[in-house]
Amino acid sequence: MTVTNGEDELEAQFAQWREYVRRRPELVESDADELEDHLRGTVDDLVARGLAPDEAFLIAVKRMGGLDDLSREFAREHSERLWKQLMFTGGSGDPARAGRSRRDVIAMLVCAFGAAVSVKVPELAGLSFDSGDDTFYGRNIALFALPWLAAFLVWRRRPGAGVIATLVALFALGAVVVNAYPLDDDSQSFGLMVTHLPIALWLVVGLAYVSDDLRSARRRMDFIRFTGEWFVYLVLMGLGGGVLIAFLHGIFDAIGVDSDSVISNWVVPCGLVGATVVAGWLVEVKQGVIENIAPVLTRLFTPLFTVALLAFLVTIGWNGRGIEIDRETLVMFDLLLAVVLGLLLYSLSARDPQAPRGPFDVLQLALVVSALVIDALVLYTMTGRIAEYGTTPNNVAALGENIVLLVNLAWSAWLLLGFVRRRNRFAAIERWQTSYLPVYALWFWTVVLALPVLFSFR
Amino acid sequence: MRVTKDLVAASATPIVLGILAEGESYGYAILRRISDLSGGELDWTEGFLYPLLHRLERLGHVEATWQAVAGERRRKYYRITRSGRAELAEQQRQWQTVVEALQQVWPSVGGIRPLFTPLEGNA
Repeated sequence: MTVTNGEDELEAQFAQWREYVRRRPELVESDADELEDHLRGTVDDLVARGLAPDEAFLIAVKRMGGLDDLSREFAREHSERLWKQLMFTGGSGDPARAGRSRRDVIAMLVCAFGAAVSVKVPELAGLSFDSGDDTFYGRNIALFALPWLAAFLVWRRRPGAGVIATLVALFALGAVVVNAYPLDDDSQSFGLMVTHLPIALWLVVGLAYVSDDLRSARRRMDFIRFTGEWFVYLVLMGLGGGVLIAFLHGIFDAIGVDSDSVISNWVVPCGLVGATVVAGWLVEVKQGVIENIAPVLTRLFTPLFTVALLAFLVTIGWNGRGIEIDRETLVMFDLLLAVVLGLLLYSLSARDPQAPRGPFDVLQLALVVSALVIDALVLYTMTGRIAEYGTTPNNVAALGENIVLLVNLAWSAWLLLGFVRRRNRFAAIERWQTSYLPVYALWFWTVVLALPVLFSFR
Repeated sequence: MRVTKDLVAASATPIVLGILAEGESYGYAILRRISDLSGGELDWTEGFLYPLLHRLERLGHVEATWQAVAGERRRKYYRITRSGRAELAEQQRQWQTVVEALQQVWPSVGGIRPLFTPLEGNA
């Protein structure tokens, strides 16, 4: 064996040792450099005293002591490292990554700024954000925010021209429909449009999200995760924004300047559409840095919702009350199904597909089944109501949503049952959920495009 | 002989600052110097030295730079700062007091008297 070989081997050992060191959250890159230098110093000394390099390496590592002890000592001085920090400044030494994250920040700022400008443009035509009687902003607000978020995602994913054209066409279609349909502000179709268009557009954002690999189930699951985290971040930013607005109002009030019109015409609309883009950027860059919060919430609330639904069923069974259905309660039960589906989705999204079945899976099955039983009762009452009053846009939409969710949950319950009884693998549930996503898109776009026409804009 | 943990911890800062007052240095050399100074009796671990250096850096007593001296590896060198020298002077005063007190109660090793003198004529 030549000397060069020995050195190569030593370098390989150093590289391996570094890898172990870098796995410790307490030890950052510069610590690894410093400790490696120390190790090399010891090895050089020992080699100078006549030891073979590999022997010297072993002794030097042994002298340094276990990494556990070492990182415990480092943690005492650098406790902040145990809290994973979201670095905005790109403090890492890797120039390629730093450059990429800087370009991401610039793209995000451009998109957020674009959103803020676009939301102010209609004011040139005399429309104002806080005027109560004009519903222009109420109808269009999603169209000032979500296309910019989609633009940011497209910038990151770099899909083909076909996908970009589809995205543009869908956003344009939404814009045309919501403004060109002759909808009366009091009509049911108008209410449906305002509530369904943002979700339909969000699914277009989803298309932008998965645009680099349209057929991949993993990418679709990532979009589900993205949705949950984006929502959590948006809510958090909303809370922060509320505090900002309260202080803005208070401090200007103290000098006798009324800031209300600035707040409601500038801060709120620009902040809202800007936050949409910023939240998307945050979720994209933080991926893998910080634990996802949506699955944690799911973990907390799945048992509580299960108990609540079971208690509801027991109460119905005990005193034989029927569910009194009007439109509000039907919408509420639709939302309940959506929440149950959300609880299911976000625990799926965080689950290791290889992990064996556990009590939590049984709990989930109980949750889904009790939601299904409740929904069966609701649907039973609902059919009676439609037979009595005939169809309206609202109850068709609510019924449709109910069926879409019911089909999903029923099949999920079946797959979950199979999983709990060790008949099928967990991946089947995941695949079902991801391949079901286009169904939502189809339904929401149907409500937006077709329902108003079918009911002649009632 | 082993120096107790408490004593090592108490003396660590003045020793490191003292070594750096002689000129800038890096971790491995500091550890070697401590070992030489104590005749091998003070054997600090890396897990003790580096967090200590980082703490002194955070407190502003030393400053660190990555340097590549010609013909050698890139290393993190530590240099004592003005506030570090002030801290060293303060520590020296305190240690002086302790050492003087010890010298008075221990005039010489031979002078240490037995703790219990036999009681006389009590039978």
